[in-house]
Amino acid sequence: MVKFSKKYSALSLAVEALRGHVGWKPAWRNAEPKRQYDMVLIGGGGHGLATAYYLAKVHGYKNIAVLEKGWIGGGNSGRNTTIVRSNYFFPESTAFYDFSLKLYEGLSRELNYNVMFSQRGMMMLAHDRHGVEMLRRSANAMLLNGADAEFLSPHEVRARVPGLNPSPRFPIMAGLNQPRGGSARHDAVVWGYARAADALGVDIIQGCEVTGFGIENGQVNAVETSRGRIETGKVGVAVAGHSSMIAQMAGFNLPIISYALQAYVSEPLKPCLDTVLLSPATGVYVSQSDKGGLVIGSSLDLYPSYAQRGNLPTMEASAAGIVELFPQFSRVKFLRQWAGIVDVMHDSTPVVGKTPVKGLYFNCGWGTGGFKAIPGGGYCFAHTMANDEPHPLVAPFSLKRFETGRLIDEAAGAGIAH
Amino acid sequence: MLKIDCPWCGPRAEVEFCCGGESHIQRPEPFDKVTDAEWASYLFYRQNPKGLHFERWVHKHGCRQWFNVARDTVTHEIKSVYLMADPKPDVQKLTPTGKQKETNK
Ligand SMILES: Cc1cc2nc3c(=O)[nH]c(=O)nc-3n(C[C@H](O)[C@H](O)[C@H](O)COP(=O)(O)OP(=O)(O)OC[C@H]3O[C@@H](n4cnc5c(N)ncnc54)[C@H](O)[C@@H]3O)c2cc1C
Ligand SMILES: [Zn+2]
Repeated sequence: MVKFSKKYSALSLAVEALRGHVGWKPAWRNAEPKRQYDMVLIGGGGHGLATAYYLAKVHGYKNIAVLEKGWIGGGNSGRNTTIVRSNYFFPESTAFYDFSLKLYEGLSRELNYNVMFSQRGMMMLAHDRHGVEMLRRSANAMLLNGADAEFLSPHEVRARVPGLNPSPRFPIMAGLNQPRGGSARHDAVVWGYARAADALGVDIIQGCEVTGFGIENGQVNAVETSRGRIETGKVGVAVAGHSSMIAQMAGFNLPIISYALQAYVSEPLKPCLDTVLLSPATGVYVSQSDKGGLVIGSSLDLYPSYAQRGNLPTMEASAAGIVELFPQFSRVKFLRQWAGIVDVMHDSTPVVGKTPVKGLYFNCGWGTGGFKAIPGGGYCFAHTMANDEPHPLVAPFSLKRFETGRLIDEAAGAGIAH
Repeated sequence: MLKIDCPWCGPRAEVEFCCGGESHIQRPEPFDKVTDAEWASYLFYRQNPKGLHFERWVHKHGCRQWFNVARDTVTHEIKSVYLMADPKPDVQKLTPTGKQKETNK
């Protein structure tokens, strides 16, 4: 029997360094599925694992499993550009995303795992008069809703980001900075939650695909998987771009469309960019990783897709946007390119809550922005499942809003491209 | 990159087109009997299949006409291009060129 990881500390690091790092143990067990669980989570991304962790930690559940068809973090949680922020427009959104940001601020300590959360600021640029007005409006909304925001003149923007194109085709007319925004290491968030959940007894079962449900009288009683039937009375689904597939197994549709979202990493450079920069007009955002690579994100490939590849026209547009902002990057090469399948809602607001089937809960619709939401989403989803009642912070994020018309239209509100 | 065979202009690159999402969606009727759930389903709920999808495209930077496409959302292979008012083609009967096989009458 292998022993599992103890508490990580400066001392354990020093001891292992002296012993040549031969004593590190696996951070979580590779569990075999049992025949019955009190709760089952589908999807071993950040949201599924965080939910399991908080169910065990806050609500005391011991008999839980996370079922992952591939390997944990193989979905969008391991494919994103790792930006964390809470610069939304509507009070409901800011309340939730700022709660998640606060959990990020304490996450490395909470999980005893360095998630490399770096609050280097997140700056949005305006390139025309209307953009400036939008940024002023956003800054006011954020401050009113209790998030931090700084409105910057072009001069202040250039002082903070010295490398910006001195005479761009789209002039830089203002900036909106969220100083508490930044980035975290995506794999570490997944692995940190997995390790902490495992230590509380959660079974993490990889290579286990859910293929159907047992439903009787409108109540779920089992999940069918590639590794047999598992009985359970409560199922939480957090499968991002595959949400519609799982919903159809349970007999309903969702207001979701799945698209490919691409990202790119350049060859490593010396440190040259110490914030996250987003330029809606040129359609790109960029930050620099600790390894030196420029991490570049773009807009969606705008037709429904389940292909985790992405297409060349979008890649070309991203490259053009980056070179417009930083002409000196024009000879830098892309090292890697990939895409994830994101679950886009009509109003760019997620769904966390109940479904038409009793005992079946969904956490989905994060689209292109759910990495920042992992701690908050997991925390509120665990509450929702444990109490069969949405956590107040996610109560507005219910499926009912599509019938009542109470949409939370962040695409229009915060002007986020995605 | 997709190559889309516009019914009016012939094969052109994907960048000339815009996808309008799922096709063949019928507005529910009669208007005074439609429930909130039915209206929500009409406005927002989509099939979003992993596989064959029947969708609308517009040749935005060309003839600006709308038409339908049957496309696989995993391979992105275009199985058929057909006109707005045409019914969904039977993909089992499609030839590799995306044209419906002639039926002898
Ligand atoms: C390129 C890109 C850039 C992004 N950038 C950012 C960013 O900068 N900031 C931000 O906040 N967000 C960003 N996002 C969005 C963010 O990555 C996602 O919203 C978030 O990771 C979703 O987490 P999740 O746990 O819900 O899903 P995932 O991490 O995708 O996990 C879902 C898991 O479910 C599994 N699964 C699917 N079907 C089944 C089944 N039938 N049975 C069992 N398991 C199944 C999958 O294998 C997968 O591992 C980005 C996304 C992409 C693709
Ligand atoms: Zn045409």
